[in-house]
Amino acid sequence: MGKIIELKKVNKWFDKFQVLKDIDLEVASQEKIVICGPSGSGKSTLIRCINRLEEHQEGNIIVDGTELAENTKNIEKIRAEVGMVFQQFNLFPHLSILDNCTLAPIWVKKLPKKEAEEVAMRNLTRVQIDDQALKFPGQLSGGQQQRAAIARALCMEPKIMLFDEPTSALDPEMIKEVLDVMVDLAKGGMTMIVVTHEMGFAKEVADYMIFMDEGKIVERAKTKEFFENPKSERTKLFLSQIL
Amino acid sequence: MNLIAKPSKENIKTYLPIGIVLVILSFLDVFINAFFNYNLLGFFPNQISYFSPLILGFIGFYLIRIEFSGVRFLDILNKNINSNNFNAFLTLLTVFIIIKSIPPLLNWFVLDANFLGNSKDDCTGDGACWVFIKVWFNRFMYGLYPDAEQWRINTAFLILFVIVGISFFVSSRLKKYFILFLVFIYPFLGIELISGGSFGLKYVETAAWGGLSLTFIISAFAILFCFPIGVFLALGRRSSLPAIRYVSIGFIELWRGVPLITVLFMSAVMFPMFLPDGTFIDKLIRVLIAITLFEAAYMAEVVRGGLQALPKGQYEAARSLGMGYWKMNLLIILPQALKLVIPGIANTLLALVKDTPLIFVVGLMELAGMIGLAKTNPKWLGMAMEGYVFAGLVFWVICYAMSRYSQNLEKKLSTER
Repeated sequence: MGKIIELKKVNKWFDKFQVLKDIDLEVASQEKIVICGPSGSGKSTLIRCINRLEEHQEGNIIVDGTELAENTKNIEKIRAEVGMVFQQFNLFPHLSILDNCTLAPIWVKKLPKKEAEEVAMRNLTRVQIDDQALKFPGQLSGGQQQRAAIARALCMEPKIMLFDEPTSALDPEMIKEVLDVMVDLAKGGMTMIVVTHEMGFAKEVADYMIFMDEGKIVERAKTKEFFENPKSERTKLFLSQIL
Repeated sequence: MNLIAKPSKENIKTYLPIGIVLVILSFLDVFINAFFNYNLLGFFPNQISYFSPLILGFIGFYLIRIEFSGVRFLDILNKNINSNNFNAFLTLLTVFIIIKSIPPLLNWFVLDANFLGNSKDDCTGDGACWVFIKVWFNRFMYGLYPDAEQWRINTAFLILFVIVGISFFVSSRLKKYFILFLVFIYPFLGIELISGGSFGLKYVETAAWGGLSLTFIISAFAILFCFPIGVFLALGRRSSLPAIRYVSIGFIELWRGVPLITVLFMSAVMFPMFLPDGTFIDKLIRVLIAITLFEAAYMAEVVRGGLQALPKGQYEAARSLGMGYWKMNLLIILPQALKLVIPGIANTLLALVKDTPLIFVVGLMELAGMIGLAKTNPKWLGMAMEGYVFAGLVFWVICYAMSRYSQNLEKKLSTER
């Protein structure tokens, strides 16, 4: 399997504060990677760099053979291929769930409306909220909104899905319904990078675990090894605190 | 036992009738005093007589202030206008002022007013001389537009009303074409009809335009153009490109910082001096451009307020779906931002309509301007009051209609529950 994402010596600063330090990362197609670490460790910033919601200052990021740089046309093409799910859902409140899902396919991928609606309904069925298609985001529960947000990203038929703490803003009883959708997605062969604290989910689907602290990748290991035999002291401490 | 027990459910049978009688008596006294000039409670000494309705009403309200009386109407009344002594006092005062002010207004507007006749001499009463409005009505509506050609203005507005009327009843697909026609084709068609010069229509120079029709023409064009310009300026002010940002800021701050009357004066008097010889831009067009740009600067700041109120996540979600700057703004950001600032937009547009009378400084006369002209006519001196009350009413009707429309729009577009 070929590399689909490649980060080489990526550095990023917010003013003088360095958030990413010499990040090297390779993700193969269909791999699932879970990133964990304490808050402020730069994990969200890292995945936001992959679709250039944040700009890195040094190093190279290559997504699906295209290097991310100043050239905007490329970036929009990449973003159309990289789906993203946010902590705060970020559904468009002025549009129905169905319109949320068809908007980008119609306007960015130039899909005919009818076809876009078929794709949307297929994805809404997949996340089991097809019966809510005509409602507005404000009328849905948090779990339903996050599943709608996942469906919206899937409607662009992305090659890669990024999840930025997708369950952190949810009530406990709604976390499972979102994780179930993500597990289903992982089993379908999607390339996924997930920032999360849900270690149960990580054990179930992740190929690799990445532990970040203070802007650096401290440990990258196969999932089983990561949980059973972590190498760095920092990782051990973190795991002992959250498990 | 207290001599006067606090009003409660036990003594409701005695207190309620007495209270009601006292309140009614106080209202009646003011009413008779105001309408028939007879002092019902005149047997009291002078000072007390003056305040007697207030005192009686106050005691009455105290007596009927019974908590949880079980009488539905009484409970509602007590809760809303009689919850404590101070509120009872305010209620009485408000009602009295309303009753007191009805007769003089009624007299001036209707009873003592003159409606019939053709000249100032027909106005013999003490009230308003509506003959003035009647005689000058044509001028107030059409300005100095030739009488024989006024059907053109009527037709232009009639077409507008018919199209707008129909567009309310057609399907949403057809509605799109109606709106496109109204925004892009109709304005120029209407102006062509009113201005003339082609299709065998006699040319009427803009200096002859005036009255309420000119108010409408200026307001409509200024609203039509200032809105998109304002939106672009708002986006420009938030642009990441410094050149665009500074130009937008400069433009907005320049136009916001200058009084409209100065802008109008400069557009009409100074601007032509800078034009090369032989070029000529119609005065009305210059004034329209000035008002449009002036209001666009205000509109820009209103819209910017809406843009800033949107969470960052909306921008990120749009970008993460592969949308570029224009798609993101047109599909995601502006629909939400504009909905948020409908009250502010309505505010700006209302101000725009009410600013139109200022065009008198350059010699154009819309409704208020025509009234100003008519009241200086030697045959009609002393009619300022009637004229400006009339102008006030007309402007109020226009603005209230706009305000209601904006409220409906707000309700219709709301997707929150």
